[in-house]
Amino acid sequence: MKSWAAAVGLPLFFASCQAPDGAPPAKASPLAGPIGSLRAVDAEGRGNEQAAAAWETLSKAGMEALPELLGAMDGANELAANWLRAAVDAVVEREGRAGRALPVAALEAFLKETRHDPRARRLAFELIQRADAPKADALIAGMADDPSVELRRDAVGRLLSNAQSQQKVGRTAEAAAEFETALRSARDLDQINSAAMQLRQLGKSVDLSRHFGFLTHWKVAGPFDNTERKGFASVYPPEQEIQLAAKYPGKTGQASWVELVAADEYGKVNINDAFGPLKEATAYAYSEFVTDKARPCELRLACKNAWKVWVNSKLVFGRDEYHRGTRIDHYRLPAQLERGRNTILVKLCQNEQKETWTVEWEFQLRVCDATGTAILAADRLPTPAPKPTTRKPETK
Amino acid sequence: MKRTLLLAAAIAFAALVEPAALSAADWPQFRGPNTDCVSTDTQLPVELAPENIAWKTTLPGRGLSAPIVVAGRVILTCSSGPLQERLHVLCYNAADGTLRWHRQFWTTGRTMCHDKTSVAASTPASDGKHIVALFSSNDMACLDLEGNLRWFRGITRDYPNVSNSLGMAASPVWVDQTIVAQVENDSESYCLGIDPASGRNRWKLNRPIGANWTSPLILRESSRNLVVLQSKSGLDAIDARTGKAAWSYTDGASTIPSSVSDGETLFAVSQGITALRPSASGPPSQLWRSGQLTPATASPVVHGGRLYTLNNAGVLSCGKTVDGARLWQLRLKGPFSGTPLVAGKHLYCVGEKGHVQVVDTAAPEGKVVGELDLGEMLLATPAAADGALYVRSNTQLWKIARR
Repeated sequence: MKSWAAAVGLPLFFASCQAPDGAPPAKASPLAGPIGSLRAVDAEGRGNEQAAAAWETLSKAGMEALPELLGAMDGANELAANWLRAAVDAVVEREGRAGRALPVAALEAFLKETRHDPRARRLAFELIQRADAPKADALIAGMADDPSVELRRDAVGRLLSNAQSQQKVGRTAEAAAEFETALRSARDLDQINSAAMQLRQLGKSVDLSRHFGFLTHWKVAGPFDNTERKGFASVYPPEQEIQLAAKYPGKTGQASWVELVAADEYGKVNINDAFGPLKEATAYAYSEFVTDKARPCELRLACKNAWKVWVNSKLVFGRDEYHRGTRIDHYRLPAQLERGRNTILVKLCQNEQKETWTVEWEFQLRVCDATGTAILAADRLPTPAPKPTTRKPETK
Repeated sequence: MKRTLLLAAAIAFAALVEPAALSAADWPQFRGPNTDCVSTDTQLPVELAPENIAWKTTLPGRGLSAPIVVAGRVILTCSSGPLQERLHVLCYNAADGTLRWHRQFWTTGRTMCHDKTSVAASTPASDGKHIVALFSSNDMACLDLEGNLRWFRGITRDYPNVSNSLGMAASPVWVDQTIVAQVENDSESYCLGIDPASGRNRWKLNRPIGANWTSPLILRESSRNLVVLQSKSGLDAIDARTGKAAWSYTDGASTIPSSVSDGETLFAVSQGITALRPSASGPPSQLWRSGQLTPATASPVVHGGRLYTLNNAGVLSCGKTVDGARLWQLRLKGPFSGTPLVAGKHLYCVGEKGHVQVVDTAAPEGKVVGELDLGEMLLATPAAADGALYVRSNTQLWKIARR
């Protein structure tokens, strides 16, 4: 945490500390100091020594401290969350061996407060599960739309299981309804695929591209050069200004913007379709995204080629790696959408490798929130009809 | 409270900088005490049968990191969840396999990797009092032997392009009160020398750009310890405390199997095997080079004047360390990902198809004298300590000992 963030964030955290039932704490907690030390850890090991000493103190706390330790994960950075998680593990392990019971009621109250950190709530759930499995089972039933993707996954798993049971006894209408509910809530690829496959077998149509929120309509420009992989660092005209009518000197002649549509239900945009299977080439893909309000989002990208992404002309991230493998949501890129029209530019570099598995020059990009729930553009065009394909569903 | 915390911090970290407390019976890191996969244990089982399984335990996640054994504890890492975003560090009692402690962490780096490998690919390392666990997400946790967290690092969080979409696998080594971790890849490629007391960098070296799954090799010389870093460019021997280069070998090297040393000669996985004699004052001199002993995934092992390698076909080759001449070959039940372990005249080869095979290397052409089918894919290098062999799969950890 940067010093300004520490100065602002920690007082805010302690000011907002509340008992699990939402009531304000009667007095400052004796654990507040050590918790503050854990929350102050930051990059490259900063704050570790103080955190280690504080952790020793926290790890000796009793079971009653668990809601406070879990609550301390709210707004904590990922490193601090891990310190806190390890403290929870240590407390539960030691106190459990001493025969002390988990504070199930307090953990349940914590779990039900969806404002808390999703991972902390999942941890609370797992502790409840350990102490009272039937209670946990009952709780998970209502969590199909939970902000915690892990809690949601368990709830969706149950929906899928119920739907399959209905299907087995011939109640196809009920099964279809339950599969549809499961699909709406599912955020993990395997569960999405499972629900979609079952629905299609029941004669229902499924728009996977829309479910994920893949961007399907692009303009692409290229090819530009990427000999000796130098294109990644080279600044070609589309990085300086988007002029969709412009023509540029390219690798094989004039480069201009052409339409490219992702006729793949997993949103794959195949650059080879625009320019042919080139090697040592660079292309740009451009799309616009209209939203009715400013909001944070995640761009989730899958790409086996070297790439860079800009949102509203601001570089979000880039990675210079080729053909090592990819999967849906490979890269999660936090970004900010502005009200109205947003521009998204993707740079894609293809390298010199000649092996058959290095032909791919493609990407998938979707816009979603932190749970993976699609954010759809206000002016989203209908999903393109999928091209006939023999390709298997995406499984990773 | 602040003063108390600082005092506690000072006490806690004083413990971290004390001299190493490893016992000769410990197996504290990938490929053992000297990163050569040689065990001095004379009580390892040879003729294997199901009755030799002293205990086995089900793991909470997958992994191909090797177990380490320190002070009667077996320490292992796993990863779980649909995207392997949950990390586990587990500590079992070596005597009976009961769980002493279990710590979990959430990844802060990317978890993408090839289906065959896992986020728990790197083997932990220990100084005898603490352990450090590194994962493919480049998350690194340091704990003491009772599971108390000393520090946690998110190396990809620190350096956002440190990652490999096929998965990272280099295991750290703990030498001269420094943790040496190679986090080399196609983009931001580094080797870090980390202060065990604080988890902060002592030094950070830029390394050759390129995916690299090899692990550091410790060269124990009379006056100093060197750590040999391998990459596609070759070998770089560095001082662990400072990261300063002692010498380099620039004739290229493998990025999968790691080189090995018998204390005098370094057997580089370079253009087959290249035998090098390190020098105190300059680059190593080349003794010989052989294309007949080229290893596949598993690293070579060296013992008693013999070098052993496993090729893609599961054929074990035995060569003379003095000149690289191949003496014999023996087809085993492969293929192999884990590096064999040698103890006396016996070589323990753990095959991907689940077979633990014991080879008598003193037999004229080598001979399999013990075999146990564990019935699961085995990718990890085994560990040996206190008369027992430890083997792990994606689901189980076994202790195999004499009856």
